[in-house]
Order: sequence, then structure tokens, then C-alpha cells
Amino acid sequence: MFSLFLEQLLNGLQSGVMLFLMASGLTLVFGVMGLINLAHGSLYMIGAFACAAVAAWTGSFWLGLVASLMAASIAGALVEMLIIRRLYNRDHLDQVLATFALILIFSEGTRWIFGSFPLFLSVPDFLTGTVILPGGSQYPLFRLAIIVAGLAVAVGLFLLIGKTRLGIRIRAGEADRGMIAALGVDIDRLYTIVFALGAALAGLAGAFVGTTQSVQVGMGEPVLILAFVVIVIGGIGSIKGALVGSLLVGFTDTMGRFLLPHAFATFLDPSSATAIGSALASMLIYIVMALVLFLRPSGLFGATS
Amino acid sequence: MKGIKTTIAAAAALLAAGAAQAEPVKVGMITTLSGGGAGLGIDARDGFMLAVKQANNPDLEVVIEDDQRKPDIAVQLADKMIQQDKVDVLTGIIWSNLAMAVVPSAVAQDKIYMSVNAAPSQLAGKGCNKNYFSVSYQNDNLHEAAGGYASSAGYEKAFILAPNYPAGKDSLTGFKRFFFGDITNEVYTKLGQTDYAAEIAQIRASDADHVFFFLPGGMGIAFMKQYAQSGVDKPLIGPAFSMDQGILGAVGDAALGVKNTSNWSKDIDNPTNAAFVETFQAEYGRLPSLYASFGFDTANLLLSAMDKASISDKDAFREALRAADFNSVRGKFTFGPNQHPIQDLYVREVVKEGDVLTNKIIGTALTDHSDAYASECSM
Repeated sequence: MFSLFLEQLLNGLQSGVMLFLMASGLTLVFGVMGLINLAHGSLYMIGAFACAAVAAWTGSFWLGLVASLMAASIAGALVEMLIIRRLYNRDHLDQVLATFALILIFSEGTRWIFGSFPLFLSVPDFLTGTVILPGGSQYPLFRLAIIVAGLAVAVGLFLLIGKTRLGIRIRAGEADRGMIAALGVDIDRLYTIVFALGAALAGLAGAFVGTTQSVQVGMGEPVLILAFVVIVIGGIGSIKGALVGSLLVGFTDTMGRFLLPHAFATFLDPSSATAIGSALASMLIYIVMALVLFLRPSGLFGATS
Repeated sequence: MKGIKTTIAAAAALLAAGAAQAEPVKVGMITTLSGGGAGLGIDARDGFMLAVKQANNPDLEVVIEDDQRKPDIAVQLADKMIQQDKVDVLTGIIWSNLAMAVVPSAVAQDKIYMSVNAAPSQLAGKGCNKNYFSVSYQNDNLHEAAGGYASSAGYEKAFILAPNYPAGKDSLTGFKRFFFGDITNEVYTKLGQTDYAAEIAQIRASDADHVFFFLPGGMGIAFMKQYAQSGVDKPLIGPAFSMDQGILGAVGDAALGVKNTSNWSKDIDNPTNAAFVETFQAEYGRLPSLYASFGFDTANLLLSAMDKASISDKDAFREALRAADFNSVRGKFTFGPNQHPIQDLYVREVVKEGDVLTNKIIGTALTDHSDAYASECSM
């Protein structure tokens, strides 16, 4: 039981770390530019497709990974310069409509290029296999690698935001965009960079997750919904909130799916315990979100308005 | 006055000409051609249109529309096809929830509906209808076959897994109907879930001797890839949906050796099937899937009925459909009393032929199998 518990904890951590890659870009864009970007999931899909296509073509997962970063950030920068830039001064409903249209365009465009059938993307050879956990259970090596890579990216992002000149500008843009424009910072370029950075993180998550899941059109939207849950829990615009929210959602979801049916089985017959347990498990993160919003309406780390 | 006479004469001539020819049949195909589930609809359409092309029957006209996998759009399309396009026959729906939104009202308006895939239990039992024909199967069939195969292969303890939605519950019920061992765990996952680490950890910890899973589409791809990475080696059994031709390429070698149950396979040995596989591959440059075979059979069944009866005589036309006097790619094919097929269900194994992953029949799970609801149908 201990090893099963440990395995599930790692699973929760892994799912949280991947969610963070998605949610951090979303929350940066929202925090700095005040833009709701529904097409963030499409950038995740672009990352996965670019990685799968390049990996199939060259035989190298690493080139695929580079391609996913490049494809997603280029797509992000182009979208920002061509479309999103016109939306900053519009209200949120216009932004939602325009970025929803982008989802449809990206989805059908991807289907047009790659066809309707899911693509193949696999784990690189030296990361296949399992490692033995304390307690004797096995754990897939690739999932451990994803956890390490994701945490490394998180640390890098915190350093970037906290310690670099670009980070200072991003934080300043968040606080008062009129003022930093007046101080001579090229705000258009800053926005394009932030958007491309968020897109690259989403693309990276898509490539990682694509190795364990199905690389198919529409793969971004379920993750997008979770990422929105994360940033609402964490507080919109806060990178720290995105990290805490991601881990909270990852652990809650994984442990809920694992423990709730067991918990109900202690006082119900097995079939209704399974039914109620799994139904409740799929609602659990939304229940957590509702609780957080009830106690802290602007999220865990959100600015109090 | 003369003008009117000429018009009447012309109309009479047209009517006479019409009666001399066979009555044209207009088919409305509503299927999923965009979005994540498009692969299935495209296969069903391509299979159907291949048979139409081969028959080259000028009296058959097909209108095709994309339902985007949305019930409301499917309903709009059905209304448009019935009222504007005046179709006689509807077909093409892949998903059971869309079928439930469209079929009951279409058959009530005396339109014939021929299913290329979705066949929910509600339309097989008390809700059966003389205008509704399922060419594919009844939804539970492949799961029942998996249960039958697991029992006959000597497995005793099953870990069973399906998404938490009506078809998922039907699936596990179908499996249990024919599996006579113990169920160690019964797990329902979220519909559309893409990470199965939590469930795989439970499989590892359980004392089951095999795993039955029903996870259609991308869910199955994700599950099989993660299962292969996890190092758990309990054998997997499932219905054909997660091991179908359109999906195997995306799963890769992780699918090798997985047993799955199906009512069609490209190696069923009969001349119609061999010709179908060959011509489909020549026409579209890929191997046909289960859905393509259903589309192909549906079109050929319809064409066989058109040879025997006129669509204007609905009773005779339905009778001709019921006779199922066509060469099915499944070999033998007859309809049961609820107009669902009575057929053999096979066990297949995923193998590699050259570089291509595909399925090979290794045995028959259930012979001349009908469905659990036929007795409730009074027609």
C-alpha cells in the first residue's frame, strides 16, 4: 500500500508539473496584457504535432523537442502580431470570441496538414523502462524525467521573472503598463516576447505530454480548461499561484481518483462505491476551485482588488 | 388553352418516363468529418462511397454533411435533409448520443435509418423500429465477446476499466454478461481523460490476471502508451475500437500482442473482403478500418434492396433490406428480429506486417451472436 501511495504521489506531481507549463503561460499573458487567450491550447497542440512530425522525419526526439519550442513560439509571436495586438483595448468578450475562432482555425489547419488520424510520438529509447521506487514498486523512467524537466523549467521561469531585466519589465508591465510605456520601454515588443514565451512553454508541455498520450486534433482543449482552473485557484497573473495551483490540481485529481472509491467502499457496497467515488473524483478539482473562490475570491495569490 | 394542354402532355410523358425507370433513392449521410473524432466518420464515408462508386448505380444519390460530433448540429442536418433534400434513407452517425438525438424522430417520419456504427441499447430493445437497421452491431456485442474470450482463455480475475458515461457502463455490463470469473476492480475514468497513471498504479497493485478496457479514440492511445511504459505485464483485452487501423499507427509497438474483439477484420477469408481491402487501399492509400467496413456493407445492403424493390413501396423496400441479400465483407450476415445483425465475433491480436501494425484473427469468441435486447423488441 505504501508503494502504491508513493507512486500515486509521483503521478500527482508529474501531472501538476505539466499543468504548470500550460498555466504559467496563460497566467503571464493574462497578468501582463489583460488578455484571455482561449487559443493557448492550440499552441500546446502545435508543440505536440511539431515534435511528432519532426521526430518521425528525423528519428530524433530531441530535434522534435526543439521543433516544438520553435513552432509554438513562432506561431505565438505571429498570432500576437497579426491578431491579438488588435484586441488589447477591446473587452474580454471580444477577446474570447477572437481566440475561440483561432482554436477552430488551428484545429482545422492542423487536420488539413496532418490528416485526421492521430500521430505517433514515442519516448526516446534511453528513457524507456522503469526505475524501482522505495517500497519495491516500479515507476516509468520517462515520467520521472518529465518531473525533473518540468521543475527545471519552473525554476528557470522564476529566475527569469525575478532576476533578469526582462523579468523586471514584465512585472512592471503587469503593475502599470501606461507608466512603463512612458518610461521608454517598447511595449509592443515586450508583449510579443511574453506571448511567445507563454506559447513556447505550452508547446513544450505538448511535446512532453504527446509522448504519453495521443497526438491528435483537439488535444489542447481539455488541458486548457484545467489550466484555467489552475490560474483561477492560484490567482490570475501570479506565477507562484500558477505553480501552487497546478500542484494542488494535480494532486487532488490523482489522489481523488485513487482514494475516493476506496473511501466510499468502507461503508457502501463495491459497485455503488465505484460509481459514486469516480463521479465525485471527476468533480473534485472543481469543488476545490469553488472552495478556494469562496474563501479567497481573487485566488490564493491573487492581488486583492 | 393550347399551352395548358402541352404542359399536361409533357407532365404525363415525364411521369410515364419516371415509372418506366427504377425509382431513384436519395441517401443523407450525417457523419463526423471535422474535429478530433473525424477519422472514424471519414473512414465510414470512404467505405460507403467506395461501394457506391463500384456499383455505379445512377439511381443512387448521396448527400454528405459534417455533424462536428455535436448532437444539435446532427439534428439540424437531419431536419434539413428530410425537409429540403427530401432524402429517403439516412445513415452515417458514429456516436450513440448523436444517434439518440436523430434516429427516433427520423424513423417516426417514416425515413429509413441504416446505422454504420452507433447502435445504443435503447434502439435495440423496446425502442426498436421497423425503419431502423443496424448494419454494424449492437453496442454491447464486442464487449460481450471480450468477456466470452476472457472466460474461454482461462482468465479468472479481471480488472475492468471504462469511461464514466452511458456507453462505458454498457461496456462493462456487456463484459460481465459473458465473463464468469471474479472482478477484482471496476474502475470508471473521466470521459476524455488522457492520463491513466493513477489507474495503472491500481492495476499494478491489484491481483487481477488480466485487464479489460474500453477506451475509444485518443483515450485508448494514451492508455496503451502509458501502460507499455509502466512495465506492468498483465495481458490487455479490449473491444476493437482502441486497436483499430486508424489508431494503431499512433500507439506504435505498445499495441503489439494486445487481444481485441471485433466482428470484422481485414483477414476474414472471403472474396468480398479480399476485394474490399485491396480496392480500398488502392483508392485511398491506407488500410480500411472497422468503420470503413461498416460503411461499405451499409452501401451494399442498400444497393441490394434497390435491385429488389422500389423505395416508393416502403414495405417491400424494408422487406428487401431485412433479407440482407448482399455479399458482406464479414462473410455471413443475417438480421435478427430487431433488425440488428446476427454474426460471428472474432478475437484478434495486434501484429506487425512489415512496418505496418495491424490485426490478425486468432479465434472466434462467440458464434452466431445476437444481442441481449432482441427479445424485448416487438415488431
